[in-house]
Order: sequence, then structure tokens, then C-alpha cells
Amino acid sequence: MSQKATGNLLIRGGHVIDPAARIDAPMDILLRDGRVADIAPPNQLRDSVSESFDARELIVSPGFIDLHVHLREPGQSYKETIASGTSAAAAGGFTSVCCMPNTLPVVDSPEWVTWLQQRDRGAMVNVFPIAAATLASKGAVLTDFRALQRAGAVAVSDDGKPILNDAIMRETLRLASEINLPVIQHAEDTRATEHCSMNEGPTSFRLGLRGMSASAESSIVERDIRLAQQFTGARLHVAHLSTAESLKEVRRGKRNKVRVTCEVTPHHFTLLDEHVRDYNTNFKMNPPLRSAADREAILVALADGTVDAIATDHAPHALHEKVVEFERAMFGITGLETALALAITHLHREQKIPLFRIVELFTAGPSRVVNLKGRGTLVKGSHADVTIFDPKCRWRFEVAKSRSKSHNSPFDAWQLTGKVVATIVAGRIVYRLV
Amino acid sequence: MIVVNLQVSPKDTINTIPPATANIPRGSLLGTETISSAEILSLLKIAARMNPRKIRPLLRDKRVLLLFYEPSTRTRSSFEIAAKSLGAMTTLVLSSGSSVEKGESLLDTVYTLRAVGADVLVIRHPYAGAPLLAASHLDIPVINAGDGMHEHPSQALLDAYTIMRHRKTLDGLHLTIVGDIYHSRVARSAIHLFSKFGAKITLCGPPEFLPEVAATLAKGLHLTRSLEDALRGAEAVMVLRVQKERLAGKKLSLQDYVAKYQITIERLKLAKRDALLMHPGPIVRGLELTSEVADCPQSAIVEEVRNGVPVRMAILARALGKAK
Repeated sequence: MSQKATGNLLIRGGHVIDPAARIDAPMDILLRDGRVADIAPPNQLRDSVSESFDARELIVSPGFIDLHVHLREPGQSYKETIASGTSAAAAGGFTSVCCMPNTLPVVDSPEWVTWLQQRDRGAMVNVFPIAAATLASKGAVLTDFRALQRAGAVAVSDDGKPILNDAIMRETLRLASEINLPVIQHAEDTRATEHCSMNEGPTSFRLGLRGMSASAESSIVERDIRLAQQFTGARLHVAHLSTAESLKEVRRGKRNKVRVTCEVTPHHFTLLDEHVRDYNTNFKMNPPLRSAADREAILVALADGTVDAIATDHAPHALHEKVVEFERAMFGITGLETALALAITHLHREQKIPLFRIVELFTAGPSRVVNLKGRGTLVKGSHADVTIFDPKCRWRFEVAKSRSKSHNSPFDAWQLTGKVVATIVAGRIVYRLV
Repeated sequence: MIVVNLQVSPKDTINTIPPATANIPRGSLLGTETISSAEILSLLKIAARMNPRKIRPLLRDKRVLLLFYEPSTRTRSSFEIAAKSLGAMTTLVLSSGSSVEKGESLLDTVYTLRAVGADVLVIRHPYAGAPLLAASHLDIPVINAGDGMHEHPSQALLDAYTIMRHRKTLDGLHLTIVGDIYHSRVARSAIHLFSKFGAKITLCGPPEFLPEVAATLAKGLHLTRSLEDALRGAEAVMVLRVQKERLAGKKLSLQDYVAKYQITIERLKLAKRDALLMHPGPIVRGLELTSEVADCPQSAIVEEVRNGVPVRMAILARALGKAK
């Protein structure tokens, strides 16, 4: 297979699902010069110089976009690097990832935003930086949104250190609204969650662990929507939403025409707080795994369109940060390589959510949230970012074979359905199942 | 072993989460939740035959390592005396003044203690689940001497032992627990233990110390905010310590707590006439109970401490397979 950027590639015989273009049909796609040159019903495209990719029995979709990953550079390359993280992304079918700024130092300047996108970083897929909303994410002084956007930031967020101060959050939304920049909030009232390591409920009580209440999340979601309402054009995106209460707030906001969007992680639609069981630190993340009722509400919202995107919150950590007492362990799990399979296994096969909707949650949905022009769709002229997957393939995830530098996944040895077969970025195959 | 099935259907997507308790060394005692009622009775029977005043070298040449990450008076001294009464050698390692202060991880510390020759490890730790973490990485039994807010199984066992001395059986005991249950590992261990014998357990305290969720810990728990209700008909009253600093920033003031929940001689009269007054210690006279109550004839507070030694002798003997 030729891997020249300028090479042509004809993807033949596949079933195309492109929710942005309302396509759900057998189609062939011709990629040329990093763009979709043509898309047409089977056997109509002719291109003598093309390499071809046999996609029979497979789903051909716009390249997946992950709104929430931690690539750990700069500063924590022992956990992950842009090269290793994007390699895992490619294996998981993601052609674009938005990386969070809570690095060392925090990505709060145009220089760091530029640095993240430099070729030397060795990224295998597109990297779209999310910049800090406040200097060093300290929640006090706003960063230069215009300069950050010009350098390539697709959103601002103080992920992990939510903006609690009302005035600062209002100012963030106001300034961002002037330049159509989304504000991503990790909704957590950290004043109410000090020393907490999991969800508040019967399991936390039994284990003797301090629990985070659902309202510590929803109260911030409610406040942010209220503030966003004050500025025409303000765009608020709720990161890794995890509770039924927060979903109510988002629904109300959408009904009131506030530009609020939200994402949900695969672990929140798959697991429950009770799975923490014996202090397994691979089930410790923030927001924490929630109750069965919260998961129910999330499943409904994924199906009915309230949720805009599935995002992994891929959060790699080294062994020494996880094989410790539960309360001392770092929050977070890896997730790039299991996201699609968990969605197909639990949302499609179990909950009967159509593949069309699932693909939308990985493509058109996230693309709209951060305004990625020409991505998240396969219409003629768009970027040649394509994900090809087998929705029926059964496989076993083995974390030891993960491409991520870290192995903190709760899904080791899980039997899953749905496998990425090839990932194509700008017309080049960057991952192919062997 | 209980295995959680994440998926009910379809059948081909069943994934299970392996429990950490699968490979715990025999003889470990991590909590009363995970030990059977038969094992509890057997431990209490062994304890009844132990005499701390007469050295029985059941554990001669054995090394008992006491690893204490938190201050402790009774648990620590009682484990040490229990071990020595069985002829074992003991070494005490405190987090202060050890490599723990230099940033060594819990696992590295316990590997070290194993390497110097520990045959059994007794751990007191401020974090819930720490003894389980150690046990799942070791090949020697681990005894939980209190982990965070989680469990304190030897305390629950010595309380059961104390009650048996007065009541002959644990079956159907009417037990009332009063105080800061939320923060209490003693409460959690007692609830698990006594509910295995069909006890009628009433939990009493203000919402700050007794959230509604506490009722989910075991079957048949009864919650009440009224101390009078809780005491009526109780055969044993377990009073828990209240730490002033835990009321900081809460709606409830110390005075309110004392007014509503302090055990006084008057209030104790609501319980059965010969009801046992218990407290895991340390007690704060004038706060959760009056000085008169602490020293009244029904008070088993000192007896509990005394019983801690034979019970911990039984726990150590069982740990090393020498319980006869």
C-alpha cells in the first residue's frame, strides 16, 4: 500500500455512514491530495492510478474526533507522549484528538499551542489543542483567547481545575463568545469534593471512601448554563457529563436556546460506581463512575440526541501512580483503543442504538462542538480523514498490547464487539488491523 | 466468590471484573464483611481458651510485624502483648521515623518487612483498603488493625467476645450504635459482624454523622435521629467518639450534639436494665458520654480493652495456622 500523501486511495465496497451528510448506504470513496475527491454509489468511480482498499462487509465513516484526551506533553512524557497517545488514537479509529491543557506547564500561551502542533511531536493523527482559559489554570487571570485561537486552539478549558468564581466564568464566556470560541468546563464544585475519591452512594459508604455528590457536578452545569445565557453566541461545552441531574440542566438549556453541548465517556455509559468493589484504582476517575440511575439517564440521552459527542477522557498514568492506596491513586483511565468497541457492545448491541447515531457521536457531533471545518463528514472536498471498522468483529482487549505508554484501563481482557480495521488521516493509512 | 455480570444480555458480551480478594493469603483478616459467621464463632471460641497471663509458645520463632501509619494506643499495645503472649517476636514500625517519611510506597514498605522475615503483618493505615492492597501483593497473612473509615475487624471481634461473656449468644442481639457512624470503621465492622447473627441494629446520630445511605450497609438496619427511640430496649449500646474538628463548618454545633446525643445516666435508663455500655475508645468524657456513664456498673469500656488481648491472640494464632 502506497503511503504517499499525494497518492490516491479508492475505498471500495464499504457501507458508508456519514451522519453529517445523512448518508447511510453502500458507497465508494475516492481520496486524493488529502481530500475526499469523490463519493458515489458502488462501482461508479474509476481512477486508474488509485490504490484501492477493499472495504466489503465494513463500515466506512468520517474519521472519529475525540474532544477530550490527555497527551501529557509538555512535561509528563513518562505517562504519554503526543507520539504514543496519537498512535493509540489511530488504533482506536480517531483521526483527530483535542488535547487538554493541564500539562506541565499548563498550555496557556500561543507558543505552547504552536509547540503542540509542530511536526517534531510525531503525531500520527490531527492534534487540536485546547488552551487554558486562565493563566496556569489558576482561575484568576484570563488568557489571551484571540492569540490562542490564532495559534490553533479550538477551545479553552481549565480541565481538572474548574472555574468556580462566577465573575471569572462570566468573563470567560463573554470574551470567548466574541470570537465564537467554545468554553469547555469540567463541571465539579471542588469545594464540595475535597478528599473524595469516588461517587457518593452505598459503595462509597461501604468502602469507607468519601464520596462526590451528583450535585457537585450539576450545580456547576446549572450555573454555567445560566451564565452562558447572558451572552449571545456564548458556547458552553460540558466535559464528561456523568449525572442524570446534569443532563436535565443541559436539556433545559438546549430548550431555552442556549448554545450548550455535552460529551459522555465510554466508561460512564458502561460502568457503575459499584464496580469499584475492592478499591480497584483502574475504576477511579473524575468524574467518578456513578449510580445505575445516572447510567440509565446517560443511555437515554445518548439515544435521544441530548448528548453531542462520545469523548474518551483518555488519561494515562504510570504504574506507580495507580498501584497505591485508592485514595492516593491518580484519577483517570486510558480509553482511546476501547471507545468504539464499548459503544458498539453496550450502546448498539445492548441498547439497540443505531450505528448511524453512534457514528454521529464520534464524528458530526464533536466536529460541531469545536467547529472543525471539513472534518466529521465525507462530503466531496472535506479532509480525507476516514475510519473503517467492522461492527461485528469480536475481539479481546489486552491492555498489555496497548499503544498507549500507560496501561491503566479497567477493560483489560474484556471481550468486545466492533473493531477498527483502518484509520486514514489526510488520505494516508495510519493504522491498519493486521 | 461473587462475580458481577456487567451485561445481562446478550450472552456473548459477558465481562467480569475480577475481585482483588481472589488471591489473599490464608489467615488474613481484612474485615468482618468478608468473613463468615462460622469463622467468627470459631475465632471467639479460640479466644476464650487464650490466657494472656500464661505464655503459650504457639508462635515461637514467628515474627509479627506491626506497621502503624496512625497513632494508636490500645490496638497497638494489645496486638503486641497478644503476639508476645504466644511467644512470637514483634517489631513495631511507625510511619514517622521510617522510610515511609522518605516517600516509600506502601507496597515497597511491606515488601521490605516481608524480606526481613515477617511471618504476619498487622497494618493500621489512614487510607481505606490499604491492608487489602498489601495482602493482594504478599504471601503472608495480613491483619487489618484499622483502615481509614473502612473496617476495624479486631475491634468488632472483641466487642462480640465481650457481649458473649454477658449474653452467651450473639443471635438476635438488640444493638444500638450512637455517634459519628459515617467516619467510623468500628461502626462498619460491628454492623457487618452483628448483622451476620440476625442482630437488630439501630443506628442513631445527626445527618452529619449518619447519612441515610448508612442503611444500605447490611440488611435490617434501622436509622433514627432520636436517641430516646434508639435506646429503648437496647441490650448493648455502642457509643462512638465524636471529634470536634469533624463538626467544623457543619450546621450542627458541639452543644447541639451534646444536648441531643450525649449518653447520660438518665438516658441510659431507657435501655434494658442490664444493657452493656460499650465504647471502642478513646472516650471523650463530657462529649459523647458523661463521666458518670463511662464509670457506671454497666460500662464495659475497660473490659473491652482487656478482652482485646485474647481476641487478638486468637486472630494471630489463626493467621499462622496455629489455632488449636
